Amino acid sequence: MKVWTSIDEAINDIQDGATIMVGGFGLVGIPEKLIEALLRKGTKDLTIISNNCGVDDYALGTLLTTRQIRKMVASYVGENKEFERQFLSGELELEFVPQGTLAERIRAGGAGIPAFYTPAGVGTQLAKGKEVRGFNGKEYVLETGLTADYSFVKACTGDTMGNLIYNKTSCNFNPMMAAAGKVTVAEVEKLKDAGELDPNFIHTPGIYVQRIIECSGYEKRIERRTVRVSRGN
Amino acid sequence: MSLTREQIAQRAAQEIEGGFYVNLGIGIPTLVANYIPKDRHVILQSENGLLGIGPYPTEDEVDPELINAGKETITMIPGASLFSSAESFAMIRGGHINLSILGGMEVSAAGDLANWVVPGKMVKGPGGAMDLVNGAQRVVVIMEHCSKNGHPKIVNSCSLPLTGKGVVNRIITDRAVIDVTKTGLVLREIAPGYSVEDVQLVTEPKFRIDPQLKTIEVQ
Repeated sequence: MKVWTSIDEAINDIQDGATIMVGGFGLVGIPEKLIEALLRKGTKDLTIISNNCGVDDYALGTLLTTRQIRKMVASYVGENKEFERQFLSGELELEFVPQGTLAERIRAGGAGIPAFYTPAGVGTQLAKGKEVRGFNGKEYVLETGLTADYSFVKACTGDTMGNLIYNKTSCNFNPMMAAAGKVTVAEVEKLKDAGELDPNFIHTPGIYVQRIIECSGYEKRIERRTVRVSRGN
Repeated sequence: MSLTREQIAQRAAQEIEGGFYVNLGIGIPTLVANYIPKDRHVILQSENGLLGIGPYPTEDEVDPELINAGKETITMIPGASLFSSAESFAMIRGGHINLSILGGMEVSAAGDLANWVVPGKMVKGPGGAMDLVNGAQRVVVIMEHCSKNGHPKIVNSCSLPLTGKGVVNRIITDRAVIDVTKTGLVLREIAPGYSVEDVQLVTEPKFRIDPQLKTIEVQ
């Protein structure tokens, strides 16, 4: 059975030094409750693969405060003072990856492709030490696929088979991470019985999800609330 | 007179043709959307997984799970589509995006772009810029012509870490529109009140002058 009822038990076997992929872009589509559980568990020396690293008092940022993260693999980490402090003092290791390359490295990892060539990063310091090869008169850099011991993903709706459906731009890195994790734990806002979701509209097939848990009380914090004055005002 | 930020955005909007799929970078490039004529059908891509960005939401419409790449709350136009980051960058890398407009700190005569490492500040990361500049069919950089201390930002060779090598097609600044061509820079348009000599003085590489040199048209 894939369905778990205790989130703390669902992540209880994670060891210090594990590599964990964490879904989300900014604060959207992040596995809020799994991050909170990891904070409670106190697992240390983690390598986290995630597009961003949260903000100081929320999301992955909270695991920085408790020094649980040893290395971060990300495309952009600009929203976090504690990150800057730990990085500059040498406490935190950081690997920058262009965002599209990060997405494709995770996709490749989950799809059994060990490496691929991409034009992103050619001629920059992020291509240093990597193979560069020409195809059809253009240069490409060799990037490797990524996998992880665990992947934490967040979906709007899931079912007991592990099938997942995401809401709007909360999809982002979640589907590829689901496939690239040896053990993928999915938290969902609504857990349905098998057969309740339309198979035509499944985003992540259940084969990629080993553990699924229904959670509630989502904060869904907004990083930049931008609004226009409503019509008629 | 130098163009204002809004006027630079307004000029950049003229690069966008009807039917284009466009990715706008964070900052001034995001403002470009405000100057696309209402009757021009354009689809804006957000690299976090959306084709068809709409206007900012009203207070009632705010959805925490609908944001652009700048993490701002947005809406979708009718006919929008949503997808993963892998799909998003497949369409970027695969050359399906007609135009990418982004900011810059330095552009070289060969079209090298530096825009991800700010001197003296913690490096935040490249985000999607390296993928965009190598994948989009056309890359337009919008920026001030000179740095805050008056140094040219269009240079013979970039001193800051590169975002992409030989990737820029056009530079739009507060003083000029300059194209990067195989045979060097070409001055196409000039801001009202500036002479060719004024612009050359603050542009490190020598540029050629388009015989049809125009004045930048903005309001």
